[in-house]
Amino acid sequence: MSLKMHFQVTRSAFQLQVSLTLPDQGVTALFGRSGSGKTTLLRCIAGLERLPDSSLTFQDQVWQSSDRFVPVHLRPIGYVFQEASLFPHLTIEQNLHYGFKRIRAADRRIGFDEVVELLSLQDYLKRYPDQLSGGQRQRVSIGRALLTSPKLLLMDEPMASLDTTSKQEILPYLERLTEELQLPIIYVSHSVEEVMRLADHMVLLEQGVVRAQGELQTVLTDHQLPFSHSEHAVSLLKAQVFETDAGDGLAKLQLEQQHLLISQTHLSPGRLSPITKGDSVRVSIMARDVVLARQLPESISLLNTLDVRVIGLDPDTDKSQMRVRLQLGKQTLLARISKRSAEQLQLQPGQTVYALIKGVAVNS
Amino acid sequence: MELSHADLIALWITLKLALISTLALLILCAPLAWWLAHTPCRAKVLVEALVALPLVLPPTVMGFYLLVLLGPRGVVGGFLESVGIGHLAFSFTGLVIGSMLFSLPFVVQPLQNAFTIAGGRVLEVAATLKASPFDRFVSIVLPLSRRGFLTAAVLSFAHSLGEFGMILMIGGNIPGRTQVASIAIYNHVEAMDYSAAHQLSIILVGASFILLLLVFALNRRFKVVSVV
Repeated sequence: MSLKMHFQVTRSAFQLQVSLTLPDQGVTALFGRSGSGKTTLLRCIAGLERLPDSSLTFQDQVWQSSDRFVPVHLRPIGYVFQEASLFPHLTIEQNLHYGFKRIRAADRRIGFDEVVELLSLQDYLKRYPDQLSGGQRQRVSIGRALLTSPKLLLMDEPMASLDTTSKQEILPYLERLTEELQLPIIYVSHSVEEVMRLADHMVLLEQGVVRAQGELQTVLTDHQLPFSHSEHAVSLLKAQVFETDAGDGLAKLQLEQQHLLISQTHLSPGRLSPITKGDSVRVSIMARDVVLARQLPESISLLNTLDVRVIGLDPDTDKSQMRVRLQLGKQTLLARISKRSAEQLQLQPGQTVYALIKGVAVNS
Repeated sequence: MELSHADLIALWITLKLALISTLALLILCAPLAWWLAHTPCRAKVLVEALVALPLVLPPTVMGFYLLVLLGPRGVVGGFLESVGIGHLAFSFTGLVIGSMLFSLPFVVQPLQNAFTIAGGRVLEVAATLKASPFDRFVSIVLPLSRRGFLTAAVLSFAHSLGEFGMILMIGGNIPGRTQVASIAIYNHVEAMDYSAAHQLSIILVGASFILLLLVFALNRRFKVVSVV
């Protein structure tokens, strides 16, 4: 049960060589710079582009092979374009109904009211697209795609054409969508921040070729990939809420049998539903916000200290810096420290050290 | 003031000519305009230039060539004569053909503009929303390009009402068959019957004005479309 694809094309200024098997659950990010072929790949999956000598199988259905090509309107997909592209001559309600009424009632797994509620569209139903803001329109276009009860949702940078405020407005809805609907999503993006908040799985595309793919956490901290090289290198860690109120306005998270304290106000930024004890959250820690110590320092203002084990050290693009991969239970934490400190601490693989955490962000 | 029987017939022929040629143009030009709006083909500019030709040519030039072509010794007329249908010079069918050629750019250009907006991305969206190609045409293209159709229809209709030079060439001046209002007016003036000329003229002025008024009023009611 998965999405298997093989696409290849070489044009004068562009090539795409992709053989992939993607999970048919959770959110898969297609990540890459502009021109890396991620949108073309998504259009191929949807059937909006037809490349020769390619094949595509979703679960047990062949969508494309040498002698078969299922046209777009017969594939059980939803597609959200970069621009909302609502039908200008129809009201919001009619836009939402467009796909809904074109599928058989027996195939409708997602109800009209459910989508209106999920995306808070109640107030717009009677309006026309030009009376809505960019963020509101994009919410409608997501709802419109969902109402065809797709078995696979494809999203092509749905926030790229929005300003920062609209992005902040729409992100919580996307998060809710990924959590509440058991729907596999392929999400094209060039923003690490978006990917960290939404994706479980990542495919890194470079010039039309798959450079890496795997679980998001693994790809982000892989020392052979560019993410861990930059000064924005970040580790993504899975944690559970241990106490929503640990006193002094703090909340306590449990992370691999250890604890992290964070401000309660940072616990659920922009979330639509409140977070409660036992909920899973993903926290991100910038590599440059991790300080390493061999002894536990006393009288220090930092709240969070984790016991970790050194996995390995890698040189950084900045030659004064070293990147240190640290083992935290089954997860990996990255630290970026000066080369001089690494030498003074005599860091060796296998050694146990204290990681002092300067900043934690909760992603979802 | 009373219109003569011949004038009434001339008005009726004018109306019939405008209606038939407009309807035929809309049907025939829609595929051509769609092709022009969406083709990546380079021959497109050539076709666009050909379509625009009636805008700049003197109507008598086009009428002259049509007469040569459709007449008994022309390629088309001669062929029709040989299969027993008869040539088309000085016939109502000839008038329709001439009138259609003459109004071609007035129909193709508004439709092409409308189809440019109504094509592309919104059609892809409709496809992802389970609409078949025919369904997409009916539910998206037609409503989004109704302004274009309206503009094309009115321009072509009004233009046919006023055509003179080409009709004189291809249709001649046969009362009851090919004599249209504009030519009847010319005849009245030639005969120094200014009051008859005036009667017909004022009817054309009134009809054209009411037609345009209708268009501008309707256009205001249709939502201005831009895809956002």
